[in-house]
Amino acid sequence: MKAAASAPRVGAFPAVRLGLAAAGWTGLYLAKGPVIDGFVYGVLALDPSARLGDAVHFFMLDSVKIVLLLVGIIFVVTVLRSFFSVERTRALLGGRREGAGNAMAAALGVVTPFCSCSAVPAFIGFVAAGVPLGVTLSFLIASPMVNEIALVMLFGMFGWGIAVLYLASGLTLAVLAGMVLGRLHLERWVEPFVFETRLGGQVLDPSRHLTWTERLQMGSEEVTSILGKIWPYLLVGIGLGAAIHGWVPQSFFLRYAGPGQPLAVPVAVLLGIPLYSNAAGILPLVEALHAKGLAMGTTLAFMMAVVALSLPEMIILRRVLKPRLIAVYIAVVGTGIVATGFLFNAVL
Amino acid sequence: MTIKVLGSGCPNCQRLEANVRLVLERKGIQADVEKVTDYAAILAYGVSSTPALVVDEQVVLAGRVPSPRQLEGLLTRS
Repeated sequence: MKAAASAPRVGAFPAVRLGLAAAGWTGLYLAKGPVIDGFVYGVLALDPSARLGDAVHFFMLDSVKIVLLLVGIIFVVTVLRSFFSVERTRALLGGRREGAGNAMAAALGVVTPFCSCSAVPAFIGFVAAGVPLGVTLSFLIASPMVNEIALVMLFGMFGWGIAVLYLASGLTLAVLAGMVLGRLHLERWVEPFVFETRLGGQVLDPSRHLTWTERLQMGSEEVTSILGKIWPYLLVGIGLGAAIHGWVPQSFFLRYAGPGQPLAVPVAVLLGIPLYSNAAGILPLVEALHAKGLAMGTTLAFMMAVVALSLPEMIILRRVLKPRLIAVYIAVVGTGIVATGFLFNAVL
Repeated sequence: MTIKVLGSGCPNCQRLEANVRLVLERKGIQADVEKVTDYAAILAYGVSSTPALVVDEQVVLAGRVPSPRQLEGLLTRS
């Protein structure tokens, strides 16, 4: 490859535009509170102490805050992720053993750009490259479970303590679940064609040979593409959150699903498995539930079940995994999430 | 020219195919566009992140949907 391509630099033009965009973003983020206060209580003349005024204010403030956070996070994360790829990760994981391999796979699962629609070729590619099944599964569990959007939004809503807790528990769970599944030697429940597939051709690593301008461009394209895809989830999530915020009585969940209710965590996880939402859509709901007294561990467990165990992803994985392996996968990950929920309810 | 769009039929693969057809039409390029959905065939090209684009049996792009302008560059280069 030419020297110019292997040493990418930011040209003056994208650097200036990037600076302007960052300044504009910060200005909007700082101004949103007073502007929305003025609009809801001034222009719309709603009563701040009435339920409707409260709910409308929550809805607008949350919408603006979340959209701004998402734009910033998706852009930064996409640019960082353009340095990683499934191909590079696979090369790093080939031949790794249990333990260290699982830990690496979980960490790489968080940073590797990956959409669930390419789970099947990625899975076959991993196995064909000699990555053990348990290590591959650690990657596949961590990838949706530790969602970078959820991480930054948790930080914005509950502070860094909860965000770190979510990151640590998601990683631990992916490592342990992958190790358990690896120990069970479930290779016989993987569709046989997976082991017969050979990687051919010349592997093209999409993370290489990109200029900074291209990486930044990918960042802004990803922002529009993701927001275009998730806005319905987002609106429903924020709407439900606003309704709960305005109309559900204070400490409602404390009574029915507080720390003293042992069944709350498993029930939350069971409810979360069939529900399918984007992490960004589930968080406004989670925030409102927690504000009404739902314990933090139960809240996090619910969120993890929604994002990590989803029906559409299981249907995609069915192409390479036999139903029994999928059932074991759901059972192991689900049990892990329940345990995490109990642990946090006990320590927080 | 033979162009193959590799992918299982997910939204991104459909977007890539639509963009390819758009660029071909706009530039007046004659080419056969084929969809490859079989996983073994996809992996035989060494591709494990979809969607991917193969031009005359050469993998030129994998793992993302390029903008029409980038795509134009990829398709007019050969």
